[in-house]
Amino acid sequence: MMLRLFRRTSLYGSLLLGVSLALSANSASHAESLIRRGIVGEPNAFDPAKASLWHEYYLMKDMFEGLVIYDNKGNIAPGVAQSWEADADGSVYTFKLRDNAKWSDGTPVTAHDFAYSWKRKVNPETASMDPRLLYPVKNAQKISKGEMKPDDLGVAALDDLTLQVTLEGPTPYFIENVAHGTMLPVNKANVEAHGEKFARPGVMVSNGPFTLHEHVPNDHITLVKNDKYWDADNVHLDKVEFVPTLDQAASVRRYEAKELDMLTGVPTSELPRLKEAFKEQVNIAPSLTVEYYVFDTRQKPFDDKNLRRALSMVIDRDFIVDEIFSGAGTPAYSMIAPGIASYGEPSKVDFAGQSMVDREDKALELIAEAGYGPNGKPLEITIRYNTNATNEQVATAIAGMWNEAFGIDVKLHNLDLASHYGHLQSGGEFQVARASRTPEYADAVATLSLDISTQKTYNYGRFNSPDYDDLIGRSHTELDAAARSKLLHDAESILMESQVIMPLVNTANIWLVSPKVSGFENNPLNEHPSKYLSVRKEY
Amino acid sequence: MIYVILRRVVSTIPTLLMVITASFFLMRFAPGGPFTLEHPLPPEVMANLMKTYKLDLPLWQQYIHYLFNALRGDFGPSFVYKGSSVYELITSGLSYSFILGAWALLIGVAGGIVVGTIAALNHNRLPDYGPMLVSTIGITIPNFVIGPLLILLFSIKLGWLPAGGWGTGGVYNLILPIITLALPQIAIYARLVRGSMIEALHSDHIRTVTAYGLPQYVIVIVHALRGALLPAVSYMGPSAAALLTGSVVVETIYSVPGIGRYFVIGALNRDYTLVMGTVILIATLVIVFNLLVDVLYSVLDPRGRYD
Repeated sequence: MMLRLFRRTSLYGSLLLGVSLALSANSASHAESLIRRGIVGEPNAFDPAKASLWHEYYLMKDMFEGLVIYDNKGNIAPGVAQSWEADADGSVYTFKLRDNAKWSDGTPVTAHDFAYSWKRKVNPETASMDPRLLYPVKNAQKISKGEMKPDDLGVAALDDLTLQVTLEGPTPYFIENVAHGTMLPVNKANVEAHGEKFARPGVMVSNGPFTLHEHVPNDHITLVKNDKYWDADNVHLDKVEFVPTLDQAASVRRYEAKELDMLTGVPTSELPRLKEAFKEQVNIAPSLTVEYYVFDTRQKPFDDKNLRRALSMVIDRDFIVDEIFSGAGTPAYSMIAPGIASYGEPSKVDFAGQSMVDREDKALELIAEAGYGPNGKPLEITIRYNTNATNEQVATAIAGMWNEAFGIDVKLHNLDLASHYGHLQSGGEFQVARASRTPEYADAVATLSLDISTQKTYNYGRFNSPDYDDLIGRSHTELDAAARSKLLHDAESILMESQVIMPLVNTANIWLVSPKVSGFENNPLNEHPSKYLSVRKEY
Repeated sequence: MIYVILRRVVSTIPTLLMVITASFFLMRFAPGGPFTLEHPLPPEVMANLMKTYKLDLPLWQQYIHYLFNALRGDFGPSFVYKGSSVYELITSGLSYSFILGAWALLIGVAGGIVVGTIAALNHNRLPDYGPMLVSTIGITIPNFVIGPLLILLFSIKLGWLPAGGWGTGGVYNLILPIITLALPQIAIYARLVRGSMIEALHSDHIRTVTAYGLPQYVIVIVHALRGALLPAVSYMGPSAAALLTGSVVVETIYSVPGIGRYFVIGALNRDYTLVMGTVILIATLVIVFNLLVDVLYSVLDPRGRYD
């Protein structure tokens, strides 16, 4: 018995040794042009219809190409569509596809592919994660709800190279939606032949600059250049290796060991050290993300505007940006971050320009009116946030500021992300909660439309203003750009005046980019397609 | 003996069932679900997802459903990693964790026995104090400190070894994670062996064989070690199960695509099926290794034999 056991153990031991040695002998030499990109986590999906996270879209947009794309500066550029035009009221779009766009199996990319892919995306049976960007298209939401058939979607291939899209109504930002990662095409024959398993290396047919070559979950995803891609001559890289690293500190270490050429998701606490060590390799670009706290208006006394405004006024946002975000960001006083071309300067809250001293004086008056503060009723506030070092520092700082200004007793309550948002999104009550928002497409309405009173999932604090609802409603159909911008600015002013939402910081996207990489451009949309990147062999 | 093993195997069934049932229901108490994101999904999209993954059924139906599928070896699709089944994720991850864990276990056990024996033979002298001090440090310094320190030295400063990733699975990629995993194991095994070895060396039968004039290496290896290994062997069961199913910390520090983190990530993502899969795997391994240890025990120590 013992002998047999030992024999078996030694057999496994030698097997293991053999495997390790065989694998080590297989060390690769990189003669081709390869870039290694760190991403913040393992992609949850390789099927564009199932993607929903930002780091997945980097991968998706390298493998698939939509009608319209974002270039490396975050500008709209033609993709599969050579040109496009809208009818007079902007509710019908016609896309002309280029005739040389091909799938990686050599078959042409046609308007039918897009019609198929978009219908698939809104089909309830697909269980797509994020069909929202298709909702401006006629009947999309009704199909998603199961009230209509996928074939009723307002999209039609007039011929192989002409796609006509009928919208629910005029949608000024529709082209921004089309450029989004959720609007990518899939190959019908490929999907029908392999079902869910089409999105795998060796099986997937795609139409982008790169194709899926290899995937080791949680280790790497290798894409190789797609020679069938219409613009292959302008693709400089032979290989793109995406390296998912959940631990931000670990990915920084791998960059320092020159195992990664570029990465994002650098912890802000490491910034001072990294700036010192890597200087211009640290890229900090303002993002469109706004970190904010929201008050629950269902809970007394947070239904009192004076109280909310007082609490917001005494928060020293400069301190938070400088000390907690290491300067990577700007103090936020508006719901929309600067950097959306169609919107311009956002509507800030009225006290944005005032000094901290003035704000503190005014805040004391307001809180006294509300019946609280140094000479009023005692107040105890609980801040809820999802567990994360930065969130904790921000909450601690704000607790200190409220305590110092008004003597308020602040309690912190942190939960993991799913628990925190699970509570907020299911309508759970709270007092003050942390959240952040990144617009899904580069238009102010993407963010502002989430706070209308009928929006039950996203309007955590139950902000309720008929005027606001009306302005947002009118902005959907207003065709004149200036008039529409005015409507949205007015709406933002109402939201900011109420301070149900209290913006704190416009965060920044932080990238570490090796000097051997060229073609990387900072942009607020954080678009960095590999198509535009190249690497020098030595540096 | 066979009868005993069979009885043990049969008794694992209710144990596993209890583990499955408890984790299945406990997990559902946590707020949020597999599709809870910072940017919430519209209600109709959520409804479609819940329907597709049968999460809209009453909980007891989901439980029965899961149990029947699991019995047939179908552990379901991952709710978060779309297009991957739990079985694929676990087998893929296990192949990496298993290689690291097996090496760490081997080095830990072998190193621990050697160090522990040397320390015991030099009881209360420098070769005892030295290794024991090092092993105390080895146990007390957590691997999330040792790991980054090793990377700092060998990857960033010296540039000898990779800072992370599996790469092509070569020795270079594995050295640091294996060392990080093995160090505390060496320390623990060394302390276990040292203690029992000191005791064994003072026992009657060792005094007898010493009186017979046997050479010291025969006394130690053949006669003393056999008894001295017992505590180490009992520890081997849980430690093998833990090492082979991967360490969350080590896998995260070195970006190893193993299974260790699925348990934690799965729980944080509310990836119910993935968590269940990992729970079943770990529970099964713990049971199996404990059984193996009991068998080994009876081989080493005739006093404990069942038959």
